Amino acid sequence: MDSAFIIEKSVLIVTVFAITMVMAMYSTWAERKVAAFLQDRVGPNRAGWGGLLQPLADGLKLFAKEEFEPDTKNRFLFFVGPAIAMSTALMTSAVIPWGDKLHIFGRDVILQATDIDGSLLYIFAIVSIGVYGIMIGGWASNNKFSLMGAVRAASQMVSYEVAMGLSVIALIMMTGTLSLKEISVQQAGMNWNVFYQPVGFLIFLICAFAETNRTPFDLAECESELIGGYHTEYSSMKMGFYLFAEYANMFISSTIIAVLYFGGYNYPGMQWMVDNVGVNTANILGIGVLFIKICFFIFFYMWVRWTIPRFRYDQLMNLGWKILIPLSIINIVITGICILAFN
Amino acid sequence: MSASVQSISLSGRKKQVSNKEMTFWERLYLIAIVKGLLITIKHFFRKKATIHYPEQTREFSPVYRGQHMLKRDELGRENCTACGLCALSCPAEAITMKAEERQPGEEHLYREEKYASIYEINMLRCIFCGLCEEACPKDAIYLTISKELVPSQYNREDFIFGKDKLVMPLEMAMKNNNLLAEGKLKNAN
Repeated sequence: MDSAFIIEKSVLIVTVFAITMVMAMYSTWAERKVAAFLQDRVGPNRAGWGGLLQPLADGLKLFAKEEFEPDTKNRFLFFVGPAIAMSTALMTSAVIPWGDKLHIFGRDVILQATDIDGSLLYIFAIVSIGVYGIMIGGWASNNKFSLMGAVRAASQMVSYEVAMGLSVIALIMMTGTLSLKEISVQQAGMNWNVFYQPVGFLIFLICAFAETNRTPFDLAECESELIGGYHTEYSSMKMGFYLFAEYANMFISSTIIAVLYFGGYNYPGMQWMVDNVGVNTANILGIGVLFIKICFFIFFYMWVRWTIPRFRYDQLMNLGWKILIPLSIINIVITGICILAFN
Repeated sequence: MSASVQSISLSGRKKQVSNKEMTFWERLYLIAIVKGLLITIKHFFRKKATIHYPEQTREFSPVYRGQHMLKRDELGRENCTACGLCALSCPAEAITMKAEERQPGEEHLYREEKYASIYEINMLRCIFCGLCEEACPKDAIYLTISKELVPSQYNREDFIFGKDKLVMPLEMAMKNNNLLAEGKLKNAN
């Protein structure tokens, strides 16, 4: 453990943190822009060119707002809720392989904050803690609507986590590893997992929508029934933290979809680029490719939001328990048979 | 042609709906989602309906009626004689006025022997129907083609426009008069 290693990792961590923040910030802008464009409008266009300064203005506004607190006994929990939501949203980015490696100052810099063996397990663990942020916040608000939103969010996330985990098990059986790095390396070229696991991908995608509380599964914060859901009582930057966490979650889940099923930073001809042009160019291009994939999925999230209406609660539970879980179990069985048959 | 009333479709877009059992693919819902996604993405590339207001303005109709103006004649005198016909014709009860007798020495200010010392239009009530313009026997009040809308205010009182805002500015009357002399304007109105 030399000092260069520590500096390298700190720089990487700060960069990843900053990128996650910026992506979450500009997701709010993109959300409004995409919503507007899909509805034949133009969206925010006053603050900066094309409204690009809008997220800054929004953030500044949230900071300047009055910090309202309901008269509740659980003052501590009221503070902890958004903190958990925000920190879990940011923690998942630690194990994402953003690229293979860069060659700087005569040393190989692995573009991953930490390459632990069970990185996929780590992500699932952190994502399941994320529900506590919502639950605690909704409970501590001392408000019926908040509590309803929190209960809905909790039950929805718990039930969809099962199907999500099962769909990933089929993938793990195929790749034989829990490390995201390993999974990325195995998908070199166009050898993407989505071609081998289309059903698993579909289940994972649907569950990712439910996990991030996005439409059509945004029952936790459906305005027409619950005002704002679990963050009804929140104002100022605590509210901002919840909204920010949601967008950070969206970014992270898009990243995970891209890494697990769409080849991560790989692109056709990457090995050729490494051999002929150089490691750094090839990998910077790889990071760019990964971000294009991520941005596509973020766009997809928004695209779906303005297409599909919200599910009813019983439909949501039906889909989760009676369709997605059996389907993912069948997927596991079929994957097992295929592995036996072809290997 | 003995088509029953039920099968006639004048627009050609009529769709017969049925309660038949959905097929497996229909029940999957995925195809419907893809169809929906295609519809929304089409809108993404469509021309936007927005008019960027301060930079662009909406096109007005040629018969558009804008804010009122109390006119002056070619000598710069106010036409209005405070007969009250505009107030009488106004369906929104927006106009009030107070008449006064013209004093000797004020002939250069008012054309008739009686004039309106107070003339007020409540812009919150006015519906811009133009009936006051039609009723006026002296060609005093008319609705301009000015595209300037009544500005927003915080107090209701500020929407009551008095003579200071309604009477045609003297420079404008002089300019009109010059244009009339040059033959560029058909009449002094």
